[in-house]
Amino acid sequence: MIKRKPRFDAVALTHLDAAYNLARWLVRDEQVAQDMVQDGYLRALKYYDGFREGSDMRPWLLRIVRNTCYTWLQSSKRDEDRVEFDDERDSSAYESVFDRADNNPEALLIRKQEGERVNLAISILPPAFREVLVLRELEELSYEEIAAVLSIPAGTVMSRLARARVMLRKELNRPMCEE
Amino acid sequence: MDNREDTELTTIIKAQATYYEAPKNLRERISAVLDRAEPENVAPKASQWAEWRQWWGMGAAFAAGMMLTVAITFIYGVSGQQDRLVAQVIDSHVRSLMVAHLSDVTSSDQHTVKPWFSGKLTFSPPVYDLAPDEFPLIGGRLDYIDEHPVAALVYRYHLHTINVFIWPVRTNSSVASSSASRDGFNVTAWTNEGMQFWAVSDIQSADLQRFTQMLRNQSKP
Repeated sequence: MIKRKPRFDAVALTHLDAAYNLARWLVRDEQVAQDMVQDGYLRALKYYDGFREGSDMRPWLLRIVRNTCYTWLQSSKRDEDRVEFDDERDSSAYESVFDRADNNPEALLIRKQEGERVNLAISILPPAFREVLVLRELEELSYEEIAAVLSIPAGTVMSRLARARVMLRKELNRPMCEE
Repeated sequence: MDNREDTELTTIIKAQATYYEAPKNLRERISAVLDRAEPENVAPKASQWAEWRQWWGMGAAFAAGMMLTVAITFIYGVSGQQDRLVAQVIDSHVRSLMVAHLSDVTSSDQHTVKPWFSGKLTFSPPVYDLAPDEFPLIGGRLDYIDEHPVAALVYRYHLHTINVFIWPVRTNSSVASSSASRDGFNVTAWTNEGMQFWAVSDIQSADLQRFTQMLRNQSKP
């Protein structure tokens, strides 16, 4: 028998929760997230030949799914999330996000439920900060793995994570805003 | 490196933020889509061909009549490039039904649907409503086939959906008019005025042929 790489789907499907969680946090919509994961997986399958055997598939797969999400975020103007992104500029500019009248029905619904504060606070962070928090705190990836997913140096991961935490803390300390 | 404050925050996030687990149907769906896509991407080595043939043989033994018909259509009706396109077109069709993402623009008005594509594609697909002929146009969306963005028009026939994919003929990928069946889906393909058309649906082959004919008649000047 010819020795072959393990079938793509056998390995890829074990990372489905991670892929979906990331996509769901990035695009903030259940259906779209499902589409993104599926498209990402199909793209990953296409590139599977170039995937180095023996290395960890999770960051590689997450990177592809994440890029698929960004393509969608860029093409959908429904979202005012900044995708072209600058660490310095965006962290000071983001504050208006919370005060802005947000007509995203999901956000409106969530806003009513106090218990959902953490979710809401994370979900209104700019995507670049949101993803770093999700990958670190929920997915528990190492800095190196996150760097691989985001295609940025590990040092940037750390500074971005630090900034994301500052922003989140600030958001959580803010009194619930009443209409 | 993480200070106490950060540790606290981590605890709060872990306790309260949602970890979105993949819905069960997503797992099944992706598994099915990958299954469909995977054999194409594995280089056809001799031993794999043998494996394939064996599988085909076993399948035929199980459901001789039906499988044979499909296999014959599959082997003789289409080949190579075309075969790959048939698979892609069916995949896109299935995907469009599964992900509740049938139309980006929902309208039965061809004059709404056609302009919607301008600016999104580098070509302008012909759009006709066939409502008088029982095939109402219900919308359009962008799709991606054969490594290019394509226009997808969505038609309804009773409770069934027909996807029509349209893209300009590319030099090395023009197809002859043809039809094929696979996995319960019927596909027809034709070329007209520099555009390639692919219609796919789970409706009866005869109905799809009728639909194809009507669409072709429309696009004749």
